Order: sequence, then structure tokens, then C-alpha cells
Amino acid sequence: MPDATRRERLLSVLQKVTTAQIPADDSESLFESGLLDSFALPDLISALEEEFSIKVPDRDLNPRKFDSVARIETYLEEHGA
Amino acid sequence: MPAFLHAFGAHLPERVVTNEEIGARVGKAADWIESVSGIRERRWAAAETTIADLAVAAAQDCLRNAACLSDAPVEASSLGMIVVASGSGARGFPGPAAAVAARLGLEGTPAMDVPMASAGSLFGLVLASRMAEAVGDVLVIGAEKMSALIEASPLDPNTAILFGDGAGAALVSSRPPLDLKKRRLEILDAVLHTDGQFRDDLAWDGNSALRMNGLSVIMQAARKIPAAISEVLARQNVAAADVQAFLLHQANQNLLVRVAKALGAAPEKVISNVARYGNTSSASMLIAASEWAAGNPPHGDIVFGAFGAGFHWGALLARSR
Repeated sequence: MPDATRRERLLSVLQKVTTAQIPADDSESLFESGLLDSFALPDLISALEEEFSIKVPDRDLNPRKFDSVARIETYLEEHGA
Repeated sequence: MPAFLHAFGAHLPERVVTNEEIGARVGKAADWIESVSGIRERRWAAAETTIADLAVAAAQDCLRNAACLSDAPVEASSLGMIVVASGSGARGFPGPAAAVAARLGLEGTPAMDVPMASAGSLFGLVLASRMAEAVGDVLVIGAEKMSALIEASPLDPNTAILFGDGAGAALVSSRPPLDLKKRRLEILDAVLHTDGQFRDDLAWDGNSALRMNGLSVIMQAARKIPAAISEVLARQNVAAADVQAFLLHQANQNLLVRVAKALGAAPEKVISNVARYGNTSSASMLIAASEWAAGNPPHGDIVFGAFGAGFHWGALLARSR
């Protein structure tokens, strides 16, 4: 279920780990758009853990799970954030 | 049971492959290669050079350094065992350890292959530290000819820019150095881990091209290396900020910086030669250790760490005094 507050917090976290423009399309790849690279992704995961008080286990460190705003939102929702 | 690191050694091929040279072959700018990896150049061995050639040269350098430290010759015949780590060795048998043993003139001394990329020399060190009391001094060698597997297939820009050739070695003993005025580098503790669910994210089958899911590798390494180091430091009640030097697998400068940041350690404490040699896989940690030791560094706690294909990773704490 869409959660406006969660989405705002997610966008805020994303903007903290990158200076690039967040894609308008939530399904657009954050990697292909140049917003994230392999070194920014660990920072994003750490920032998400801190902001949403969740623990992302190593088995979930799959780039596909964090490839777009929509997928990150889904992950957060599935993990009670 | 105590174990000590008596000496290190290294060997790098003469040929320097610059970012300009490799960049022209893969269609990437030299500056871009340096920005994504910290690498400016790497060494590639000649076509006829074997992994055993590189390993023997590093072994001989290590034995020479051990002799200097003990003021007496240290012959290969005094070894109780050798361990050769290499992920780029041919996927057949015997592995390079048998050739290295023969080239060192050993007849009957056990020689073991650790066919493990990047983390192989760390696993070898830990194995040696456990074995030394039983078998005698153990020479651990990490030797890689990554250029051979890079050149065997059409160049992949994502991997061809990263790797170099070379070898490093360490002499592990259960006995402390006889001369109390010499450096005494005692292994205190170590942790090793493997998680095979990511085994396809960094793999080479011996025939086709090296496969690397760079995003996955960096994500996992950026988390697992600091976690392993923190694990071993916590067990020995040592703060990361108090560590004198981190001698890590030289995968990528950006990763080394990230590991330092995650640990809360000063970046300059993470020894780096990745700009000059690139990623030499299992050889890199011991090459870095050899250069670090040659600089007569101050005493203190020293952390070794590595992460590689498998994924295999771990950390080792030693104390220099």
C-alpha cells in the first residue's frame, strides 16, 4: 500500500547519498539513470537501515531489490518499515 | 598455539600496463579507469611466465628477507610445508604448488594448493598458523596471472581494467624470532567465512571469460570485510581506531576507502598499492604486506583482511612488538 510519509523519507534518504536528480518515474532504474553506482549502493542500504530502523540481511544485498524507487518501497513495505 | 609472521616477500613482473594502454583496448578513458578503481597501472607477466614462476620469485624474496631478519640463511629445505594460493591457475591437476615445491628443491615437503581467488592467501595464512606447530615453518604464497584469463577471451571493460599479475609470500612459524631486537609479529586471532549463495557473482571456469557481477561484489565486500574485521577485533578487545595498519586485499581503492570509513579508521592506516599494481587477486594482500614491512613501520596491531570469489572472506589480527 502506498505510504506518502515512507515515500518522502525514502526520497530524502536517496537524495542524501547522491547529488543526482531522482527519476520522475518510480520504476526507472536508479543504476541506469546514473543515480546509484556500486559504491553508492552500500551507503544507501546503510542509510535505509538507519532511517527505517530495519536490518537488511546480507542475503538481501541483491542490486535488483534496490534498482528503483518502486522496488525499494516494496522492500520497505515487506519489511514493516 | 602461538604463530608468528617472520618475513614477507613479493614479486611483480616488469611490464607496466598503463590505463592509457588498457583503456585504448576496451574503449575507456584512463581517467575514468582511475576514478572507478583508483588504479593507474598494473603489471602483466610475459606470455611464457607461469604462476609457478611468479610464486617461486616471491618465495625466494621472502626467504631472503627472513635471512636478513635472522642474520642467518633461511633455506627452503628448512620449510615444513608450503601453501600456494591462486585463483587463476589452470583448472586441472596438479596445481602450481607441486611445481613451486620442485623449483624450490623440495622432495617430500608437503605442498598444498588453495585454488581460491583474492581471499586465498588469507585462508593460507590462517591454515599455516594452525599447522606450523605440527609441521614446522610454513611458506604461504599467493600468486596470480590474471592477465592470462583476461586475454583468453574478448576483453571485458568491466574486468580487464582491474587485474594485474604478481605474487606475495609470508613465512609463518610457531617459534618467535630468536633475536629479541627484531620485529615480532604474532598472529593473535582470525576469522574466516564462506557464503556460497553468491558463487556465480564472481566466477571463472577455466575456459570461458571471467564473470563478475560488480554491483553484488562491491555490495557484499563493502559490508563483509568491515564485519569480519570488527568480529576479530571485538574478540581481542581492540578498537579499529587503534590499529596501526590494515593490510587488505587490494581490490579497488574506492572499496578500501569505504572499509576504512565503515570501521572508523583513518584512511591512511589502510595500506594501498592498488594504484601501481591493480587487483592482483590472492597475491595482493601479501604484496602489500611485503611493501609495508620493508618500510620498517611502527609497532602495533596489524589487521589482514580479504574478500573474494565464493564468496570467501575473513580477517586476521597480528601484533607487532
